[in-house]
Amino acid sequence: MGRLLHLDSIWHLTLHSPLHFVRALARQCHLGLVSPLLILVFCCCQVTPVLAGEAQPLAEDPVLEQRMVNIAQELRCLVCQNESLASSRADLAEDLRREVRTLLKQGKSDDEIKAYLVARYGDFVLYRPLVKPLTWVLWFGPLLAMVIAILGLVVYLKRGQTKATQGGPKPLSDDERARLEILMKDGRGL
Amino acid sequence: MKRRFFLIPLALFMGLLIFLGLGLRHDPHEIPSPLINQAAPAFDLPTLTSDQHFAPKDYLGRVWIFNVWATWCVACQAEHPVLVAFAKSSGLPIVGLSYKEIQPQDEEKTPLSLEAKLTLARLRSRVWLGRHGDPYQLSVLDLDGKVGIDYGVYGVPETYLIDAQGVIRYKHIGPMSSEILANEVLPLARSLQKGA
Repeated sequence: MGRLLHLDSIWHLTLHSPLHFVRALARQCHLGLVSPLLILVFCCCQVTPVLAGEAQPLAEDPVLEQRMVNIAQELRCLVCQNESLASSRADLAEDLRREVRTLLKQGKSDDEIKAYLVARYGDFVLYRPLVKPLTWVLWFGPLLAMVIAILGLVVYLKRGQTKATQGGPKPLSDDERARLEILMKDGRGL
Repeated sequence: MKRRFFLIPLALFMGLLIFLGLGLRHDPHEIPSPLINQAAPAFDLPTLTSDQHFAPKDYLGRVWIFNVWATWCVACQAEHPVLVAFAKSSGLPIVGLSYKEIQPQDEEKTPLSLEAKLTLARLRSRVWLGRHGDPYQLSVLDLDGKVGIDYGVYGVPETYLIDAQGVIRYKHIGPMSSEILANEVLPLARSLQKGA
């Protein structure tokens, strides 16, 4: 854990962003290693400089921007891996959004743009994994598990039924029937 | 017989635990690069020395290391002595990719012209290399990070091994250690050199 944490913070310090330190803290908070209160205090001290770097360029073409956002929502930001490319504020995400815009202006299709990013960063950038032999377990595994479970349930219930009809409890003998009769009458005739 | 059936869910659960336990040991930052065994993406970028350009095809016929770094990168500083020592001991050429040396905060007050950016990046890089040692044959300036995107860079430092045919054979994400260099990179580089 120590190594991981160390790597994380160093990476976030070095990665692409004026927000890097806040991000590193947020991540550690996520891992439950730093108190959120501490971060709140930290953020209050930092608010002005953090906001200063955040001015987003205005979209020149709203249609293009919407297409860019649609694509970016399907893609993972590699720096902050739980964020989509559309929502991340990491510098790399901004660069990649710019790249997607450029490609859209060149008339590339959505699939071509995704292929462009997959060629560089691997399938990992796709939030919706491709269907291919390597991901079959992922796509069809749950379905398979459900089918097996249903089959198991059916077999189990069937077995119980045959037991009930075939084996089942034995019919009462004459002696038992007589005792039952007495019991039913006054309830204490043993 | 019945008792054994009872053990099946337990066994499945243990299997799941082991599976998830192994997952915990997995570093999510280490994403396998699709660029392994692919031709190194072409570029033509200015180097730290004025008026000089470098393209990967200039190094065809040589096995070389491509290291992404920046002066603002803390982890690069940590890995730097390892690289300096490795450059000396192995004799393998190391080319640096100075990744986005000019950061947004450098332009906070006044936007810089391309010329100014180049000058500033060169100056800062040379001072940094003067202080920490220079393992690079040369270092190219990727100011806008576009070449970084082509190489799938998402965290500095990153290190590639490129063979004599210009094909990427190995990639390491994050700071290099002398163990990785000695145990993985150097043997691979030597075998590639023999093959070339």
